Amino acid sequence: MSRSNEYIEKPQTAVRPPNPRLKSWKSVFNKLKKNKSAVVGGILIILLIIIALVGPYLTPYDPLYDQDVTNKLATPTSDHWFGTDNFGRDIFSRVIQGTGLTLMIGFFSILLGATVGVFLGIIAGYYGKRTDSIIMRIMDVLLAFPSILLALTIVTVLGGNMFNVIIAVAVSSVPIFARIVRGSTLSVKKLEYIDAMRALGASDSRIIFKHILPNITSPIIVQATLSIATAILSASGLSFLGLGAQPPTPEWGAMLSDGRNYLYNAPHVALFPGLAIVVAVLAFNLLGDGLRDAFDPKTRE
Amino acid sequence: MFQFIIRRILQTIPVLIGVSIIVFSMMHLVPGDPAQVIAGEGAPQEQIDNIRERLGLNDPLPKQYLDYVTNAVQGDLGTSMRSGRDVSSEIGARFWVTVELAFYSTVLAVFVGLIVGIISATRKYSAIDTTLMLAALFGLSMPNFWLGLMLIQWFAIGIDLPSWVPFFSDTAWFSPSGWGSFSQVVLPVITLGTSSAAIIARMTRSSMLDVIGQDYIRTARAKGVKEQIVIYRHALKNALIPIVTVVGLQFGGLLGGAVLTESVFAVNGMGKLIIDSIQARDFPVVQGTILVASLLFVFVNLVVDVAYRFLNKRIDLD
Repeated sequence: MSRSNEYIEKPQTAVRPPNPRLKSWKSVFNKLKKNKSAVVGGILIILLIIIALVGPYLTPYDPLYDQDVTNKLATPTSDHWFGTDNFGRDIFSRVIQGTGLTLMIGFFSILLGATVGVFLGIIAGYYGKRTDSIIMRIMDVLLAFPSILLALTIVTVLGGNMFNVIIAVAVSSVPIFARIVRGSTLSVKKLEYIDAMRALGASDSRIIFKHILPNITSPIIVQATLSIATAILSASGLSFLGLGAQPPTPEWGAMLSDGRNYLYNAPHVALFPGLAIVVAVLAFNLLGDGLRDAFDPKTRE
Repeated sequence: MFQFIIRRILQTIPVLIGVSIIVFSMMHLVPGDPAQVIAGEGAPQEQIDNIRERLGLNDPLPKQYLDYVTNAVQGDLGTSMRSGRDVSSEIGARFWVTVELAFYSTVLAVFVGLIVGIISATRKYSAIDTTLMLAALFGLSMPNFWLGLMLIQWFAIGIDLPSWVPFFSDTAWFSPSGWGSFSQVVLPVITLGTSSAAIIARMTRSSMLDVIGQDYIRTARAKGVKEQIVIYRHALKNALIPIVTVVGLQFGGLLGGAVLTESVFAVNGMGKLIIDSIQARDFPVVQGTILVASLLFVFVNLVVDVAYRFLNKRIDLD
């Protein structure tokens, strides 16, 4: 069985024809370069990553321990660009320090959620029948909880900390990946080359991972990018409710939750962490929109 | 049609069973002994045994689950640990507040979203279109709890206006907390409705553009039909079909999203009840509220599906 596979692949490697998949990635990238929202989103994300990596070494104050108690709740000045909070800590340093946290929560929760969701979706779509209905009914149950409530339920059970927030957000993002991937798998499965592979005796796992998965990556990438935006919103929401990252962690949602108590006399405490969330979420939404247009065969070159 | 409705209702039964299993398991998945958790640390053994007996925690799990479902179907969701009142009456008092909040927000979102979407679609790639879509993207990217805090600061605490502005000395026009009067309703509704308005605006725009590009619109224009009529009578009517689904899903989502808004504005609805109960470790109330919110969500989705079927005779949901 494996011999027939090798037989097909050998001449390919020998002659080295241009890899069609690589070419399509190139054309996607070219389209992306022309797409304003993708470029802006991409640049913003790169900036955020740089801030997350380098920022903590450059911040003028320690985000936790530099507490200037005599100067607390001070409005923005040249010393404290974003002002100080209720403990006299420099908000600018804390926002910078929180960048990495936010990106990590967004990235890892979607990495986890997408991996599980893609796996379940591809299995459901490929095997169909009972496997399909069992998996998709479970997904329906998860989708029956309105947006943030599922994450809230999970965090309540597991307890509020950042690791559990990642798990909670991951679980609530699983069904959407499963649905999308199942749909794409169903449409790819019908194509002739899959029948050809099966006729050649390729195993199920080989067909799934080498021939179906690479052809359904574009909807997964688009969804993952947009999901990171949602994940950042949900995670900061949970922290805002006191169910996620706990003070004094400089997580943006938790900082907002501190700031809400000082709206009357120090509104800047709530302003800047919120703006930071907006920028991060906006960046991923922009890139996601751009990717969707670039992958969409209907849009013109 | 009737058959479709029946089948769709039957399809929700496994979902309801799954939801009830998850909600039921919550109590048992919390680390530690639920009776101990409820009684609090350092409670005497006698009291723990008491709670254990009262909640039926000594029974085998399947029996406990069946009891829970049987009681829930009859409207008995247990007793609140905090207030000692029935969970169902605790929820009952707050149910309509959340539904009202979600409903007003949806109305606002549909109103703003449709107008923005139509304006954008009819002026494709113009400066207005770009500005509106950028605004929609911002609306989509804003955490609603932050928007709520900012609205409180600007329009409830207020900003002092310069003296040349007539009638107003500051912008403290609305109330920052509570629910009921007009001044209390405005800010939470804007807070909750903004992201949905943005989603509906984007959806309307792309749906309108899809329809406007079709042959029958070109035919209508070629016939010399007025542009107004082409847009509103021919295009919008067909563009609305996918929008209905989005609106329905948004309304359902808002029921859950109300958690954060209610927390910011101290609106005494189901969302605030959940958060307060989680903090007080009042699990029967948490369970009951999440169950009710999910049932409502499932019900709304059911209605949306049926409505979609009514509007679009072409689709076949088999």
